[in-house]
Amino acid sequence: MFGIIGAIPNEKFPLIAGTVLLEKDRLVIGDENCAISRGTPAMIAAAVETLKYLGKPSPFCFLVGDIGNGKGCIRLYKHLAEHLPETAYATLTFHYFQPYVVSFQQVMDAINTMSVRPTLIADAGFMYVAKMSGLATSFDLFTPDAGELAYLADEEAPHPFYTRGFILDEKNYVPDLIERAYLHNNASHYLLVKGETDYIANRDGIISIVNNPVEEVLEAIGGTGDTLTGIVSALIASGMEISSAATMAARVNRLAGCLAKPTPATQIIDIIRHIPQALEEVLGKEDLQGL
Amino acid sequence: MFNFFKKKTKSEPEMVKQDRGILVFANTSEVIKAENALKNAGWEIRVMGPPPEIRSGCDLVIEFPLIEEMSIVRRLSEINLKPTQIVPVTSVLLEPVSLCQEKEFGKYIMVRAANMKITVDRETLLIVNISGGGCPDVPYLAEQMVSKHLSDAPQPRDIGYTLCAYALQIAYERVKEICLA
Repeated sequence: MFGIIGAIPNEKFPLIAGTVLLEKDRLVIGDENCAISRGTPAMIAAAVETLKYLGKPSPFCFLVGDIGNGKGCIRLYKHLAEHLPETAYATLTFHYFQPYVVSFQQVMDAINTMSVRPTLIADAGFMYVAKMSGLATSFDLFTPDAGELAYLADEEAPHPFYTRGFILDEKNYVPDLIERAYLHNNASHYLLVKGETDYIANRDGIISIVNNPVEEVLEAIGGTGDTLTGIVSALIASGMEISSAATMAARVNRLAGCLAKPTPATQIIDIIRHIPQALEEVLGKEDLQGL
Repeated sequence: MFNFFKKKTKSEPEMVKQDRGILVFANTSEVIKAENALKNAGWEIRVMGPPPEIRSGCDLVIEFPLIEEMSIVRRLSEINLKPTQIVPVTSVLLEPVSLCQEKEFGKYIMVRAANMKITVDRETLLIVNISGGGCPDVPYLAEQMVSKHLSDAPQPRDIGYTLCAYALQIAYERVKEICLA
């Protein structure tokens, strides 16, 4: 089973756990629904589209409303720490969330008691707190952008906001930052670094580079990193090996962005609509038997 | 007072203090006033002895959850208190990112501060996109700010809570400087 954990930017959205569906431009989970905007809703929508293409069931999501004051996240951290040990997930993806170290460590303790340890993927706030806690190496995949990679590479930074200037400098190329992140054990087993060029790497170095097609304005569009995390998570949850899934996801996400003919004002839902076509063009030629 | 520097025990994870920050004030009475206000508002804070590197005559600092810096600073400003320094516990030498990077896409300009980016249509002065960040107020801030005129949009410092919101505020102020000059 594939699980997703994240926050919805609506204070009134309740703590909810269930299978999520895509209906028109909204995510539906139980009696609740929300718009597909950037953040976790965009990530989930991209995952649902990918799973649908592969003929797989939709993910099971743990969601809570939170607008940044942490109240919702605290409740969900507690819920996860209490209930994850009873569950069986092959893959768990952690997304936008308030990074509270102690609560996060309790959730990780709960995961350690699961009968089968799931593949763990983190992006956004959960990636921040994984590094803050010194538990980055417990994760199988992070999906940082270049700025977030600089944060992972800065062994002293407690948040991207405090990443030291010499690391943020554009002269510090992504491969150097990847090496530095691994040197200080602040990276997951695999990294998918999203940007003008996407890098797939592990402790041994760069595994693959994806830089085609090029659509420079995607950098400005909120949610393009979220869709990438959704696609790669769905591919991994479907059984694809992590580095292959990361390479495929980077190609699919770039192509979906390109197909949307974006401007800097394009909204993420317009790109999500093109994910099925991008999947067909990228994965349609692959041997997907066994997934 | 100097328990702050006590040697870590095995039960205390190496990185556990990375989510804490220090508020430094001009004098002790300000520290006490801030402590009362923050504790009454429910924050988990502690009054501590300052590390040597940031001692400047004041012998007390407030340790606080770093991620909540923005809402704590806002609460303090409501009672006319302004810390002289705000630094992470683990490295008193670290400074917040102040460097903004700018990029033009035709009529659009994107400004990035730390992990946050804001993009504005220079002709209409509408905020067309916000991206980056990982804290839950980022999607909320985007919903509140995107499609609004640069002069009319709510400011991150007024409706955000986290360091990501603080970074977005820096980018927002810079893009206003550029577009409204």
